[in-house]
Amino acid sequence: MGITRNVGLMTALRYKGQGPMLTFVLHRLGGMGMAVFIAIHMLSSFLGGKGGQFVNAIYEHWSFQLVIFFFVLFHAINGLRITIIDLLPKLLEYQREAIWVEWLVFIPVYGFAVFVIVSTALGSGG
Amino acid sequence: MKSRNLPLNKRGFNFEMIMWIFTRLSALAMYTLLLIGFIGALLMGAREQMNFADVMRWAFMPNPSHVINTNIPDIAPWTALFWQLVASALLLVATAHGVHGLVVIADDYIVTSNGRKIVRLISMLMMASTSLIGLYILWTF
Repeated sequence: MGITRNVGLMTALRYKGQGPMLTFVLHRLGGMGMAVFIAIHMLSSFLGGKGGQFVNAIYEHWSFQLVIFFFVLFHAINGLRITIIDLLPKLLEYQREAIWVEWLVFIPVYGFAVFVIVSTALGSGG
Repeated sequence: MKSRNLPLNKRGFNFEMIMWIFTRLSALAMYTLLLIGFIGALLMGAREQMNFADVMRWAFMPNPSHVINTNIPDIAPWTALFWQLVASALLLVATAHGVHGLVVIADDYIVTSNGRKIVRLISMLMMASTSLIGLYILWTF
């Protein structure tokens, strides 16, 4: 306990963590986003009624789906990288290469999901 | 890289360490459940009746209300007991993984002993209520 922080916000923003830092930020953002999304989605399904339907209608909109798919897919694929590297610590040396592989997996999978979601939305007049 | 040869009790094998390994193992468990959902959907005809995004939505939570708006001819196989069990397992594992993740994030910003106790109390309430509400939804579809 008793951690003191002596780094200002501007210094923190200028921190050049590069690839690993970006995955850390996106992983954390995605995790929190999912927690908030799933908690509200479950409550709205549980309570139902007009309010619940309204919230779920927002969640089922294609633009929201694009955001939640980004969060979930990135968190899942990055989480697999973290799990593999943490369970096999010898691979830690190849951290940066692992992040490149991770993007090579994430971009096609998410890209395909975006293509499908957007083309379905356009096709159905949404 | 130098190998670690500290005995377990000197490495600090405590609750936080258990939760650290739990986070990794639960990730693998969720991947397994996700694959079961994905393969199951394909076996039940998703290739003809659903698009990629709908299959993913089902795999991430195999609840029949997630496929009701697709072109599936019959909801019956999607409401089977097996899928309720898979969905319940996924819910419980994901809730524990997620709530612990929120505690880890909160610990980065809340550093006082009392603050952390409050965070843990809230997290336990959140975990219990989320699990119960989720199970209620899954078993009363």
